[in-house]
Amino acid sequence: MTAALTLVATLIARDVRRGYAGGGAGLVCGFFLLSVVLFPFAIGPDRAVLMRVGAGAIWVAALLAALLPVERLVAPDVESGWFDQIRVHGLSLPLVMALRIVAHWLAFAPPLMLAALVAAGLFGLETTALVRVEAGLLLGTPGLAALAVATGALTAGLRGAGGLAGLLLLPLALPLLIFGAGSGDMGAPKLLAAVSLMLVAGAPWIAAAAIRSVRD
Amino acid sequence: MILELHQVACARGGRLLFTQLSLTLGAGEAVVVTGPNGIGKSSLLRLAAGLIAPFEGRVTRSGRIALATEDLALDTERRLGEALSFWARLDGLAAADRRVAASLDTVGLGKLADVPVRLLSTGQRRRAGLARVLAAQAPLWLLDEPGNGLDVAGVAMLERAIADHRAAGGAVLLTTHQPLALTDARTLALDGYVPA
Repeated sequence: MTAALTLVATLIARDVRRGYAGGGAGLVCGFFLLSVVLFPFAIGPDRAVLMRVGAGAIWVAALLAALLPVERLVAPDVESGWFDQIRVHGLSLPLVMALRIVAHWLAFAPPLMLAALVAAGLFGLETTALVRVEAGLLLGTPGLAALAVATGALTAGLRGAGGLAGLLLLPLALPLLIFGAGSGDMGAPKLLAAVSLMLVAGAPWIAAAAIRSVRD
Repeated sequence: MILELHQVACARGGRLLFTQLSLTLGAGEAVVVTGPNGIGKSSLLRLAAGLIAPFEGRVTRSGRIALATEDLALDTERRLGEALSFWARLDGLAAADRRVAASLDTVGLGKLADVPVRLLSTGQRRRAGLARVLAAQAPLWLLDEPGNGLDVAGVAMLERAIADHRAAGGAVLLTTHQPLALTDARTLALDGYVPA
C-alpha cells in the first residue's frame, strides 16, 4: 500500500513540477487573461452585454488556453524514451496516463480558476454568476485536462502537432463549452460533470494506446 | 533462467527481421548481439524487454529488467542525481538516493550529481544511463550499444560493471559494434531473414 502511494506521489509530483517549470502555468493564465481582455474591446463597453457574455467568454478563453501546453504534455516523454522505461518498470500505461491527467489538472486548473476571478471582474459578473462560472470550471476542467493529455498523445511525434492538436481538441471540447458556459441553466452542471467524467474515464486508455502505437 | 526466447520471429515496419531465434540467458551469462545496421539488434532488445511483441514464438523473463538505450529518459532540466532518483523510487528501492549516489560514483559522475542533465556531454549521458541500470539492481541488463560515446576509461568502466554484475548472478544481453572485453560472453550474430 505504501509502495503504491509512493509510486503515485512520485509520478504526480514529477508531472506537476514539469507543469509549473519554465512558467508553464503562468503562460496559460497570461494567455487566458489576454484572451478575455480582447472581448470587451471587440464587443464594446456596454456593461449589460458584458455581463451576459461573460461566462461564455471565460469558457472560450479557457479552451484556447488549454491548447497551449498540449504539445509539451506527452511528446517530449515519447521522444526521450521515458515511456519505454515506464513499461520496462512494469507500470501500467493507462494508470500512468490517468496520473498525468491528475497532475495536468493540478498544474492547470487552480491557476486558471484564480485567473477567472480577475476575468469575472473585467466582465462585471455578479457573485452568483461568478460562483456558477467557478463551479463550472471545477466540473469541466478535469475533462479539459483529460482531453489535452489524450490529444497530446495522439499527436505526439507528428509533424505540425500543435496545429493538429487544436483541430482535434476544440471540436471534442464543444460539449464542455456548451454545458460549461450554460452552467447557470437547469441540468447543465450535471451534463457538464457527466461529459467531464466520461472524458476522464476514457482518455487514459486512448492516450496509452496512442503511445504504444508510436513506439511499437 | 533469467531470459528465454523460444523460436522468436520479429517483424518491424512490415519487414521480417529474423525468425526462429532461440536464446537462453542464465545467471552470470552474457550474450553480445552483433550484425550490420538495421538488421534488428535493437528490436531484439526491445523484444526481450517486452516493449514489442514477437511476431511468432515466446519470450519468457524472470525478475526485473534494466534497459539502457541511446534514449536517456531523464528529465533534462533536473539535476542528475534527482533525475536518477526518480527511477530508483519507481523501482520501490529502499534508500533510493543512496543507491543512486553509489551508482554515480561507480560510473565516475559522482561530482556531477547536482548538475542539470541538459549540461551533460554525450559520453556523460551514456554513463548516466548506465548509472540508472546500476541503481535499478535488476537481474537482467539490456544494453543497446552501451560503449557508444564512451572514452577508453569509460569502456573499461563499462566492462568492469558488466563483470561485477555477472559475478553477482546477473545476466546481460547487449548489442555492440565495438569490441568489449567480456569473459566467456557468447556472441549472437544476426544476419537477417532470407526468404526461402
